[in-house]
Amino acid sequence: MDRVPILKIGDILLVSIQGDLDDQAVLTLQEDLAERVVATSAAGVIIDITAVEIVDSFVGRMLSTIAGMSRMLDAETIVVGMRPAVAITLVELGLSLGGLRTALDLEKGIALLSRHSAAFSAAGL
Amino acid sequence: MTVQDNTSRHHVEGLLRANEERILTRWVEISNEPLRGRAVEVGTLEELREIYHAFLRSLDGADGADGASELRGLLAELSRSRARRGFTPRETAVAVFGLKEAIYEVVEADGDVDGLRGFIWLSRTIDDLGLYTFESFSTAREKIIIDQTEQLLELSTPVVKLWDGILAVPLVGTLDSARTQVVMEKLLQTLVDTGSEYAVIDITGVPAVDTEVAQHLLKTVMAARLMGASCVISGIRPQIAHTIVTLGIEFGDIVTKATLADALAYTLKQSGVEVASRKRTRVAVRAEEA
Repeated sequence: MDRVPILKIGDILLVSIQGDLDDQAVLTLQEDLAERVVATSAAGVIIDITAVEIVDSFVGRMLSTIAGMSRMLDAETIVVGMRPAVAITLVELGLSLGGLRTALDLEKGIALLSRHSAAFSAAGL
Repeated sequence: MTVQDNTSRHHVEGLLRANEERILTRWVEISNEPLRGRAVEVGTLEELREIYHAFLRSLDGADGADGASELRGLLAELSRSRARRGFTPRETAVAVFGLKEAIYEVVEADGDVDGLRGFIWLSRTIDDLGLYTFESFSTAREKIIIDQTEQLLELSTPVVKLWDGILAVPLVGTLDSARTQVVMEKLLQTLVDTGSEYAVIDITGVPAVDTEVAQHLLKTVMAARLMGASCVISGIRPQIAHTIVTLGIEFGDIVTKATLADALAYTLKQSGVEVASRKRTRVAVRAEEA
C-alpha cells in the first residue's frame, strides 16, 4: 500500500485520502502526519475525505486520534468533504467525533482555518 | 368424472344459457343490494355480462386454460377497480357470490334433480372464483396502501432553501426510524449539493416528541455536524419543551429556537448577513409648469 501524500500549502498541511484505507495505511498516515506537523510547524491540518466511501470504527477513531495529536502540536484539524453515507454510518456507529471540526468542502475548510488563526492572532497568541 | 356428473353439468349449462337474461338481471340486483343508497354506475350490468360470458366460456372448455384465465383476468379487474373505489370486501365478494343465488333461483324453478346436482358442482366453482376475487381485492388494497405510504414519505420530507447557505426541513407528522432515515439522507445530500453551512429543522408539525423522536433528531444533527454544517432545531411548542425537559432529554450544545423566524434570524447572523429595515423615505415628484 502506497502512502497517503501530505501536501503543504502555506502553513496548512493538506491530506487528501483517495479511496479506502486499510489499517496499516491508517497507522502509517498518523505517524507521517505527526512528523510533518513538527517538521513544518503547521498551524492547521485539513483532511479531505471526499473520495472515502466506506468507513469503519477504526477509520473513525483515526480521525479523532489525528485531531487530538495535532492539537497537542498546536495545529487545528479540520475534516472536509464527508459524504452523507459516511456521516450516517459514523453516527450509527455511535462515533460523534466530538472535538473534531468539520467543513463541507476544502474551500470552506481553509476559510474556517484562517478565521480560526485570525482570532488567535487577534487574541495576541 | 362419472356419466351422471356429466349429464348434470350439461343440464345446468343448458339452463345457464337459456336463462341468461333472467340470471343476469337478478345477479345485478343482488350485487347492487348492499350498495343501495350510494352512487353506483349503471356500468355494473355490462361488467357482469362480460364476466358471465367469460364464465360460460370457461365452463365450455373445462380443460382449456384459455377461458379460465380470461375469466380470472376479468374478476381481478373487477376487484381492483372496486378496491380503488373504496368498496368494502363484502360488497366486492357479493358481486361474485350473487351469481350463485341468481342461478339457484333458476335451477329451483326448473325443479330437475340433475339441475340441483349440477348446481352443487357449479357452486363449488363459484366459491373458488369468489376466493380468487377476494384475494385480488386484498392484493389491490395492499398495493394501494404501499403506494400511499411511499407517496406520504416523499410528500412529507421536503428540503427547502431559505437563503444562500441556509436550508430548512419542515417536518410534519410523527418521526419514525424510516422517515428519519429519509429526512437525514435528503438533508445531507442537499447540504452537499448546495454547499449550505446551516440547516434548520423545524418540528412545528411534529405532534409529540418522545425519547425515540429526540434520538432521531439528535442523530440527524450529529450527521450534519460531521459533514461540517450546523443545525438549528426550531418550532418547539411550549408543551413539547415541557415534555423534553420532563423526560430528561439532553440536547447538549444544539441550538434550539422557538420559531422558524428566530432560527432564520440566528442563522443569518451566524453566516454574517445583516438584516436591516429600510428607512422610510418619501420621494415627491412634481411637474413644473413651463
